[in-house]
Amino acid sequence: MKPCDETPISTVTFDRPTWTPLLELSAREVFDIMLGTRLHPFPPVADDSPAIANSGEFTALVGLAGRLCGVLSIRCNNQAARIMASKMLGMPPEEVDNDSWDALGEIANMIAGNFKGKLSGVGNHCMLSVPTIIVGSDYETRSVAAANMIEAIFEFEQTPLWVTLELNE
Amino acid sequence: MSQIKALIVDDSSVMRKIVERSLRQAGLDLSPVMEAGNGAEALCILDAHPIDLILSDINKPVMDGLEFVRQLQTMEKLRGVPVVMITTEGSESNVVQALSLGAKRYIRKPFTPDQVKEHVLPVLGL
Repeated sequence: MKPCDETPISTVTFDRPTWTPLLELSAREVFDIMLGTRLHPFPPVADDSPAIANSGEFTALVGLAGRLCGVLSIRCNNQAARIMASKMLGMPPEEVDNDSWDALGEIANMIAGNFKGKLSGVGNHCMLSVPTIIVGSDYETRSVAAANMIEAIFEFEQTPLWVTLELNE
Repeated sequence: MSQIKALIVDDSSVMRKIVERSLRQAGLDLSPVMEAGNGAEALCILDAHPIDLILSDINKPVMDGLEFVRQLQTMEKLRGVPVVMITTEGSESNVVQALSLGAKRYIRKPFTPDQVKEHVLPVLGL
């Protein structure tokens, strides 16, 4: 992956109040169109609540480079990933195998593409990587640069679904 | 028209299945659909099988969709095969480049089956 032009990244200014609803809208549109599912915000709960425990078994990462540099990730549990794939493919969840990894990566890819397309002046100047999938929740990611972060937590099949955008300054 | 021989090029097997299902929902009478994970695999398939329609993602490993379309245009027997790009890219420049290289249409992900129908039928003259 490489930036598609030499325009300095500073030409795009991080704007949390504007970008947060755009990220939420980008995720909602992807789930609505590709899964026929309406996403709603996940109700606030404590980090150690049963609803949160073991809810991040699958993570899909998509890198952004160009006027936006960073990573978009989505995170959910195994069953949620399986149901996402089943809804995308129109087949019962029990018939979904490794497609759940692939489906999660594609969803992350579409949310990232949808989001950057909504930012004025970014769509043409930001490239996306091929998605990466992490299985398991016991990991940390560290950016080499200070990052701005936007996170939206939705409810999907009674479990939390995290959509996170981390951008290098 | 006899059964349509379609080739779907995408590194995601889920997306290939969704595109195939959308083609069938569009009412196309398809022969078994050929699939490739990247442009290089697709060129191998095209070398061995006659194809009526190609649907290709842009952003994929090994050989991306733009390079794939570029190479198609250099091959006499494949130049006339209609190509519809399917892309996550919000980038107009990539889309314009794909069209200038010879792609007939593009569909932006996320997409509905109706959008696939709207773009695919005209390139098949249907």
